[in-house]
Formats: sequence, structure tokens, C-alpha cells
Amino acid sequence: MFESKGGVLLIGGLGFFALALVSNALVPVQMYRDLPEQRTEELVNANLMYQFEDLSRRFPESFEKYYGKPTREQAAEALALGRRVYVAEGCWHCHSQYVRPVSNESRRWGAVSATWEYQNELQRPVMFGTRRVGPDLSREGGRRSNDWHAAHFFDPGSVSEGSPMPPYRWFFDGSAQRPNRRGLAIMAYVQWLGSWLESYPYYEAYQPLPRLEDAP
Amino acid sequence: MTHTAWAEATGSDRDLVDRRLVAWYFVAALVYLGFSLLGGLLMALQLVRANPLQGIELLSPGRWRMIHTNAVAYGFLANSFLGALHWAIPRLTLRPVLSRWFSWFIFAAWQVVVLATAGGILLGHAQGLEWGETPTWIDPLALAGLLLVAVNFLAPITAARGPLYVSSWYFMAAFVWTLLTYAMGNFLPEYFVPGTSGGAIAGLFIHDLVGLFVTPLGWGLMYYFVPILLKKPIWSHGLSLVGFWGLAFFYPLNGIHHFLYTPIPMFLQYGAVIATVAVELVVATVLVNFFGTVWGAGRLALANLPLRWFYTGMVLYFITCFQCALQVTLTFQAVIHFTDWVVGHAHLVMFGVFSMWIFGIMTHLFPRLLDRPWYSNRLAEWHFWASTVGIVVMFTDLGLAGMFQGYYWAALLPWEASVDGSYPFWLVRLLAGLVIIFGQLCFVVNLVATWRNRGHV
Repeated sequence: MFESKGGVLLIGGLGFFALALVSNALVPVQMYRDLPEQRTEELVNANLMYQFEDLSRRFPESFEKYYGKPTREQAAEALALGRRVYVAEGCWHCHSQYVRPVSNESRRWGAVSATWEYQNELQRPVMFGTRRVGPDLSREGGRRSNDWHAAHFFDPGSVSEGSPMPPYRWFFDGSAQRPNRRGLAIMAYVQWLGSWLESYPYYEAYQPLPRLEDAP
Repeated sequence: MTHTAWAEATGSDRDLVDRRLVAWYFVAALVYLGFSLLGGLLMALQLVRANPLQGIELLSPGRWRMIHTNAVAYGFLANSFLGALHWAIPRLTLRPVLSRWFSWFIFAAWQVVVLATAGGILLGHAQGLEWGETPTWIDPLALAGLLLVAVNFLAPITAARGPLYVSSWYFMAAFVWTLLTYAMGNFLPEYFVPGTSGGAIAGLFIHDLVGLFVTPLGWGLMYYFVPILLKKPIWSHGLSLVGFWGLAFFYPLNGIHHFLYTPIPMFLQYGAVIATVAVELVVATVLVNFFGTVWGAGRLALANLPLRWFYTGMVLYFITCFQCALQVTLTFQAVIHFTDWVVGHAHLVMFGVFSMWIFGIMTHLFPRLLDRPWYSNRLAEWHFWASTVGIVVMFTDLGLAGMFQGYYWAALLPWEASVDGSYPFWLVRLLAGLVIIFGQLCFVVNLVATWRNRGHV
């Protein structure tokens, strides 16, 4: 059996793979089957609408051109596009979207991530992330203004000194004051992150330690 | 050595092996390796804020990082493995693959898949899954390609009579696993399963791609080439059995260890941790087996360049697995998850182990494919030493960087402290990467010179 073709193909190839799929994938699927998956339209909340309207006031020409009026439908569309941009540009290779219950992360970023936060269309596949060159973004929404984000996407170093993040000029029509369709969408998406929580916007609940060279 | 002497020394397998196809697979693999190295270089330059090509959409480091990983997995490793399998399987089973025409069709189709993947990623159609970035419209095509590969190679293996050699077990299982893994990872979390449970499947996919596609093909080829080069059988058949079945059982259960401390149910996380430690024990038996095989012939393993590639890769494999047994624990994860430690680990596995084995196989096979010896042994040595020194420096450096980053974060220092603190490590990583690139350039120069050396040997 252990050296036969049938054994290798059926037990090793199919059997053990199926065992792992059932125990490691279908079990959590069953456990969470009562948590409904939210569609993008259901994810548009008051916090996101506030930010979306703010975008329409700060960048009136661009907003008018690409989205018209800041309606809920437009917000849902921007959210979906923003998530596509987030994936396509590989943002998730340098930013995570989950706060772990260890390493003081809940003090830095707020509530530890819970399953229900991920039960929506924009988490297909889930954006846990893989590396943190930049900080976690799951509670980033609302912490900074849309102006800040526009300047940051256009030239990260201008507002975040020494940042290794590359500039995303193709989110703009030439200048930081003129974000294009994708630029407005990615800003709406980032402002949405964490907007479903009571603590929105979350600011660090700690005083950063003084940097070593500043210490007496 | 003369032409005829080479032909005699390389055996009479002209009806079995399509040498041109093997050579073409290897050349394609090296081309993609070049693109992958460029992507890595671009990202390394970006991190030390010295990227000269900023602000160009098609040269975005974020997109090229995906080219970097996908070109290694589907361009370099897959093509090299397919080439090596076209050599190993017909010779092992004494039967040709299903069809020569079919093999060339698969070769062309696979290049289309790889190039379309790269094009799709560059144009912004990536999916949000590591190593599954392949745009959705290519996935069915890639899956069909993998099915054809399986059919083409399973034909000679299943037709062979008598007991199966170890390599065949690994190859057979790998064809089934690769197909299933690809289907699982590229369709389930994308279309059917959202959120956390989709994350569990994504974990399985990331892990199985290394464990059930790259690892079994790599070990299968080692079980084939090492005894041939050492001219002695594998030390213990019993350990071969333990190694294969241990890997088959425990490896697929590891996936969730990529997402420890996520909302994925904790008992599943514990399960993945335990299964991972079990895999490391299994790996130890495989390594014991291979070092038992080389026992008494150590001098040959040092003097013979392909064997040196193989055994250096195995030493690094041991380090990788030892690293893995530690880093998979929740204690380690709290510090090193999301840091450069993980990046170092990934480079050690993909370059330090499997690429090394592939370079060994290529170093061994190209003279046989082209019927002439290497143009320069010195360049071949430079290839080996630059690659070895480069990867050892890189993974040590990134491992250290990871621990610094992890503790910076836990200490609640401002985020910039972790970026500033990483800078010197990123600089060393850039240099190590350049050394690796230099090594590969030596190989390519050597290969081109060998290829053009037609006629005067």
C-alpha cells in the first residue's frame, strides 16, 4: 500500500489533502456560517459618508468629474474600487489589516480584530496582510484628514519624513490637489477602515516613549 | 573530452528524453529568474529610498514585488522543475512521456500563463492572495495547464511495471497536490468563502504551494540525482518511506500557522503549530537519510559541483526547518510575525534550498544537454560561492532585522523608529542581493559561452 501507485495517489495525494481541507478549512466555514456576509452597499456607514462628503468638498472639481454627487451608491462604488486599487498596488504586502492580541498592538491600534469584521465582500480574499513595513491599517480610518492622505499618496516623504513608501502619482491628475477616480477611491477605502467600530477614529492611547537620543 | 566521448558518457536515452525541450525549459526559467531578481532589486532600492524609477505606474515597486514572487514560483521554479522532470521521469521509468508534441504544447502554454500573469499584475489585475495574485481570468487556463502536465507525466509512471522508486512517489503525489492546491487557493477564497475562514484557506494555499508543489518535486529530484552522482543507493529505504508519508500527512495540516493570533479559531491554530513541529521531525529523518547516503563520500560531495549545490541546499534546508520549528510557536510569533524575519525565511527556502538544487541540476545537465563541457569551471564556482555567500548574509541580516523590528513595535516606540532602525539591515540586504545577482550573471555568461562553444571542445 505505501509503495503502490494507488496508495500514493489516493491516500497520499487525495486522502490527506482532503483531510486537511476538511479539518482546516471547512471547520471554520461551518463555525461562522451564522455570520452573514455583508455586501458592499451594506458597508456604507455614516462615518464613511462623512468622509466621502468631505472629499467632495475638498476636491470639488475632481469629485464632480469622477463621482458627481456624494451619494451612498457612489460611496459604495468608490469603496469597491478603492479595495481593488489596494489589492492591485500590493498595499497589502506592506500593510496588515489585523490587530493581534499580543505585542501591545491593542494599545497602538485599538480593539483586537474579530471575525465579524471580516465577513464582507471586501474581504475576498481576506486582507490580513503579510508584512508591516508600514503600520497596520485596520483602524486607520478617520485618524488623518483627506488632505493628509492626498499629500501622502502623492509624495509620502512630504508628510512622513523618511518614509520608504513609494509615491502613487497615478492616483492624481498632475497634482496632489487633483486626485483622480482611483485616488478618491483609495482615500475613501482607507477612511472606511475601522469605521464600523465604536472607537472610530482611534487615536493611540499611549504616550510614545521619548526617542533614545532625546533622553537625558 | 571529445564530442563522442560526451555522448557515450551520457548514455543512450535519445529516444526517451527530448533534450531540446529540457534545455528550453531551463532557458525560460533563467529568463524569469532575471525578471524576478530585477523585481527584488527594485523593492530593495525602494526600501533604502534609492529607487531611481519612482512615480512610474508600470514600474511600481508594489507591483514588481508581486512579479518577484510569482516569477520565482511559476516562472523559475515551475519551468526548471518541468525541465528536470522531462529528463528524470523518462529515464526513471524507461518510458517516454505521453507525447512529444503534447510536451511542446504544454511548454508554450505554460509560458503564456506566466507571461499573462506578469502582464496582468503589471496592469493592475492582481488578486489579493499571496502567490495567488494570478489575475482571475488566467486561473482556469493555469489549472488546465497543470492538468495537462499531470497527464503527460503520469502516463509513463503509471505504465511502469514493478516497484516504484521513491522519486516516483513524490512526483505522482506532487502532480495531484499541485492541481488541488491551485484550484483550492485561487477559487475558494475568491468566489466562495469570505473573511476569516477564507483566510484559513489562503493559509493552506500559501503553505501547500511550498509544501505540496515545490517540496515534493525538489525532494523527488534529489532522490533521483544524488544516488546517481554518488554512484551509491539511498542509505535507508525505511527512512525514505517515513519521509514521504510523514510529509504527505503532516504538511497539508500546517496552513493556518501563517495566520496565528488572527480570529481563526484558536484550536485550529494550535493544531497547525503541532503539525508543523511534526513536519520538522519528519524532515530530520529525510536529512539523516541523505547524510547517511553521502557518509564516506564527503570528499566527492565537496569536489563535485552539482553535489555541492545539493548538499549546501540540504544544510540550508535544515536551517530553514529548524527556524520554522521555532518561529511557528506562539511565543516567537508574537515578536517576529509581520517582520523581515519572515522575509528572510522565505528567501532561505526559495533561493537557499530549491533554487540551489535547481542550479545543481542545471550544472549537471547542461553539459549533457548540449554535448559539451562547461566553458569555464571558474565561472561555475563563482556562481556557487556568490549565491551561497549572498543568501547566507541575506537571511542572517533579515532575521536580525526582524527581531529588532518586533521589539521596536512591542516597546511602543513611534512607528518611524522601526523604519529608521531597519535602514542598516535593508542596506546590507541590498548588498547581499547584488552579490546574488552577480552570481547568477556568472552563470548566464558561462551558459552563453558554453552554448556558443559549438565545434571546438
